[in-house]
Amino acid sequence: MDLFEYQARDLFAKHGVPVLAGEVIDTPEAAREATERLGGKSVVKAQVKVGGRGKAGGVKLAATPDEAVARATDILGMDIKGHTVHKVMIAETAPEILEEYYVSYLLDRTNRTFLAMASVQGGMDIEEVAEKTPEALAKVPVDSNEGVTIEKAREIVAQAKFPEAVAEKVAEVMVTLWDTFVAEDALLVEVNPLAKVASGDILALDGKVSLDANAEFRQPEHEALEDKAAANPLEAAAKAKGLNYVKLDGQVGIIGNGAGLVMSTLDVVAYAGEKHSGVKPANFLDIGGGASAEVMANGLEIILGDPDVKSVFVNVFGGITACDEVANGIVQALELLKSKGEDVNKPLVVRLDGNNAELGRKILSDANHPLVQRVDTMDGAADKAAELAAAK
Amino acid sequence: MAIFLNKDSKVIVQGMTGATGMKHTKLMLGDGTNIVGGVNPRKAGTEVDFDGTSVPVFGSVKEAMEKTGANVSVLFVPPAFSKAAVVEAIDAEIPLAVVITEGIAVHDSAAFWAYAKAKGNKTRIIGPNCPGLITPGQSNAGIIPGDITKPGRIGLVSKSGTLTYQMMYELRDIGFSSAVGIGGDPVIGTTHIDALEAFEADPDTDLIVMIGEIGGDAEERAADYIKANVTKPVVGYVAGFTAPEGKTMGHAGAIVSGSSGTAQAKKEALEAAGVKVGKTPTETAELARELLAG
Repeated sequence: MDLFEYQARDLFAKHGVPVLAGEVIDTPEAAREATERLGGKSVVKAQVKVGGRGKAGGVKLAATPDEAVARATDILGMDIKGHTVHKVMIAETAPEILEEYYVSYLLDRTNRTFLAMASVQGGMDIEEVAEKTPEALAKVPVDSNEGVTIEKAREIVAQAKFPEAVAEKVAEVMVTLWDTFVAEDALLVEVNPLAKVASGDILALDGKVSLDANAEFRQPEHEALEDKAAANPLEAAAKAKGLNYVKLDGQVGIIGNGAGLVMSTLDVVAYAGEKHSGVKPANFLDIGGGASAEVMANGLEIILGDPDVKSVFVNVFGGITACDEVANGIVQALELLKSKGEDVNKPLVVRLDGNNAELGRKILSDANHPLVQRVDTMDGAADKAAELAAAK
Repeated sequence: MAIFLNKDSKVIVQGMTGATGMKHTKLMLGDGTNIVGGVNPRKAGTEVDFDGTSVPVFGSVKEAMEKTGANVSVLFVPPAFSKAAVVEAIDAEIPLAVVITEGIAVHDSAAFWAYAKAKGNKTRIIGPNCPGLITPGQSNAGIIPGDITKPGRIGLVSKSGTLTYQMMYELRDIGFSSAVGIGGDPVIGTTHIDALEAFEADPDTDLIVMIGEIGGDAEERAADYIKANVTKPVVGYVAGFTAPEGKTMGHAGAIVSGSSGTAQAKKEALEAAGVKVGKTPTETAELARELLAG
């Protein structure tokens, strides 16, 4: 989960990373009081999860509370690279900035370790720095069990060749930033820019944090950080039902068991769709190993509730789960939805293979549901589902 | 021969007495796996009956190894306790730990991987978030259904459980030497490369099927490895061509970030290494069939 800047700021503050005061608001009028609390002037910063907002006009100085209201009025509702601004942060104005640096910790998947990155060339896109002047970006592996002590932080700072005058202060920030990374179960914590200001202090002026969804069991406060307003309503409904669902922009609804098989199903449908007016998969939905009638009904309910869906492809490989249970699940799910008064009117193509496939197929044939078609190969079923979606 | 697991493997189950552990211990026993014990400190000294087979419960991995000579542990421990359980297996220096558990926090898997490394990698870790591995007809350490296929000469390595099953099913008439599910998390123990290396050295394997998916660069690195080191034919499949950027597709590690981790890049890398890559699982199975037929 990627966080907004203001949420990153709050987490930084919580773990001792030096930040400026700031609060988030979602109405222009609230900018006045927030700015008054900061002594009458502020920076109005659009909160969007995309880079380049400064260039897009999403960051403005306000010399008075009235001006803050005017700037917030301009920025709220603005579109920045396809992201609508729903919130702005009213931040303390930074003292004069003398230098801008970059620091981060992230997971290095390739080397299966954590990585510290630091550069004295901050303030701009770090990927650009990495590409144009790779020698200016220090990359230091961090052992998860050793962590970042002040000695380790000094090593990172030395490798990035920070000026001597700020080296110790930056090293201290590196320790608190590591604390944030670990304590919050983050996959990324990034400060850009980390600024040296006129007073000689070091301040984190902007940052990015990405959190590990798998750590939610020990991070109860993280749920509140989710941007529920921006979530697709179907994705939100699926999440509430405990389903693993991602909305896509096609027409063939997909239900399958197992992440790999469902990803593959999307591809096979898109591939089949090339022959059928270019129809595409409408979603990713993994109902997992169990595939009980209830889970199947929940999944079907979400997919049938998607107005973009013209046909549905249920692709199940019975591993531990037997296909007869899955077939019963489908039949019962359709009855369940009907009894709930749902309008079930989209054709379903079902492919069952693996454990007890024959029995499962027989159950579907015997049920003889007018909307359900059986196709017994994955490629064949994808083709049929694409054809049905294209015909609608 | 096969890889990592054979009929002589003595398997213990960490988390055997939980619901999932019980269910799959029974299935593994049914597939002929030599399960010599379970581990649960609170139930140490008791025995669990699986359809007439009595399996003793030990207080620790170390104790189980000392008393039974166990050399494989399969873990069905909940995410919150997985790190401690894997660290225990590493401390006991069990040669193979198969971590089935899904949903382990990355900071935990990174920590136990770093720990295994610091201890000299005496324990091979498979997973987490994986279906385990099977050597058909000999032993099954995990949740791969034992009745899909029979012993044969294809080696399979895959990030995905259900695609493993699908591929085994497609090629069930030929059979498999071993099938290894390495898992779909961002940090995993055994990689595609480790399995490729083992299959290359395994006299019972004639052809290797490698299944990858979006996220990370493991497939690209496997492609480099194949080019330099693998003489046996390799057939590949990559899932996730239609996955949008920035969205996690079920597996925690299955995410395209910017231009990295795309299925297209992985397919191209594999093809450049001489690997035949199928567009669908079925087509991939056909490619394997053709190569084996010569």
